[in-house]
Amino acid sequence: MTLFGYRIPMMASLIVWALVWEIVGRMDVIFLIPPMSAILAAGVDLVQTNSWQNATWVTIRSFVIGMALAIGIGVPLGVMMGRVKIIDNIFGLWVNIFVSAPLSALVPVLMILFGMGEATIVVTVFLFAVWIIVLDARAGVMQVPPSLIDMARSYGASQATIMRKIILVSALPEILAGIRIGVIRGVKGVVIGQILVAVIGYGELFELYSRSFDMERFWALTLVLFAAAMVLSALVENAEKRIEYYAGAR
Amino acid sequence: MSVQALSKDEFDPASVVTSDPVVRVETISKHYGTVEALRSIDLQFERGKLTTLLGPSGCGKTTLLKIIAGLVPATSGQIVVNGRAVTGPGPERAFVFQDFALMPWATVLRNVGFGLELKGLAAAERNRIARRYIEEVGLQGFEDKYPHELSGGMRQRVGIARAFAVNADVLLLDEPFSAVDEQNRRKFQEDLLRLVEMERKTFIFVTHSIEEAVYVSDRIVLLSPRPGRVSNIIDPRIDRTADPDDIRRDPGYLDVVEEIWQSLRHYAE
Repeated sequence: MTLFGYRIPMMASLIVWALVWEIVGRMDVIFLIPPMSAILAAGVDLVQTNSWQNATWVTIRSFVIGMALAIGIGVPLGVMMGRVKIIDNIFGLWVNIFVSAPLSALVPVLMILFGMGEATIVVTVFLFAVWIIVLDARAGVMQVPPSLIDMARSYGASQATIMRKIILVSALPEILAGIRIGVIRGVKGVVIGQILVAVIGYGELFELYSRSFDMERFWALTLVLFAAAMVLSALVENAEKRIEYYAGAR
Repeated sequence: MSVQALSKDEFDPASVVTSDPVVRVETISKHYGTVEALRSIDLQFERGKLTTLLGPSGCGKTTLLKIIAGLVPATSGQIVVNGRAVTGPGPERAFVFQDFALMPWATVLRNVGFGLELKGLAAAERNRIARRYIEEVGLQGFEDKYPHELSGGMRQRVGIARAFAVNADVLLLDEPFSAVDEQNRRKFQEDLLRLVEMERKTFIFVTHSIEEAVYVSDRIVLLSPRPGRVSNIIDPRIDRTADPDDIRRDPGYLDVVEEIWQSLRHYAE
């Protein structure tokens, strides 16, 4: 963006909105919006508290376990669906239903099944992330040119070698794109799960702050989460870019 | 210059038997469901010769080539290579693909050496062999480029170098020049003749271009469509020592082209 001939960096709009927020906050119109400076101060305060550090640890742990399961199950399932017609027929409909379903509605059921604890959060993260990973891995495998597989066969490659040297490498851009969207969905899953369960991690903190009208801390926690989600997404995107040189060229 | 066309008006399978067949196609038939793609094909391919499978689209020429390659199973009949019946791909046959089939994530060097990589050769050894064939097809200096950085013609050179690198007895080429522009096509055909001369391998070549077939082939197998059958076999007998441009203007060459066109024209439309 340019303004009066000067290049304005993208971050500038954040600063503008932070200023607007600050002004509105200082006008003291509504208790929901404390001044931005107070939120930031509360944020600095917050990250030093024991309760925040514990909540963060619990959150990261459920997120990592849930994502590991989603990738560990989602990628192989998607690859199998892309390669084997019968597996595609068995799972295809369900994956397509779940990928667009409002999964938050399932969390209360999960609470009954898995209890009011971390297991429910892990399953929520898994359910939020896995379907898009499956679909993208499947799409990646299905676009592998048949002649490339014929080529490997004609030079004597075994099925395992074809999978390792042709199919997985060829599908890698799609698999990574699926994981990136899965990670973003997983972040939503971990937050929504914790808020609905309401007794662990950030859910407990959100519940505590909103009940006690501690809006500074409430917003500080929100900002931390937003920033974490953005950083995670940027990290995966960065990994994706490294292999983009051929993904764009095929 | 002597250019004569020897062809038979009536096709007699017995006369096709050759002294030293590397590949024998024995009563091959292929059905896709209820569709009959190939009916009872009998052919022999001589060592060191280039044989072209020519015919209109739908005559099953690519299917036949893929059956010989072991990539597609035949419904009945068998393929015998060097006296042994084969059911799958083997190291004595190498395939050149119409769409090049290069790995977009690998350099020219790795693509050319891929057949050797699958055979389990050490990196130093396969790179040495790959470099030799990259040079032979005129791509020296492009070893570290990726396929998308090359023109269509250069990509197919990579595909041909890869097929040569594994040192197979039989090279199977599936319309290798159809995705290459006209100027490069002619250059390619001349290069192919040079390679046939140098490498003394058996080439089985699929094309739908009559001129291309007459120009490069020692023998042309005409296939008729629906179902694919052998309708005629023609030996162009062209003097390849002549200048390429002279060959293309030679009356004998043009007669063979015309004769093939006459026998195929009723399949057009």
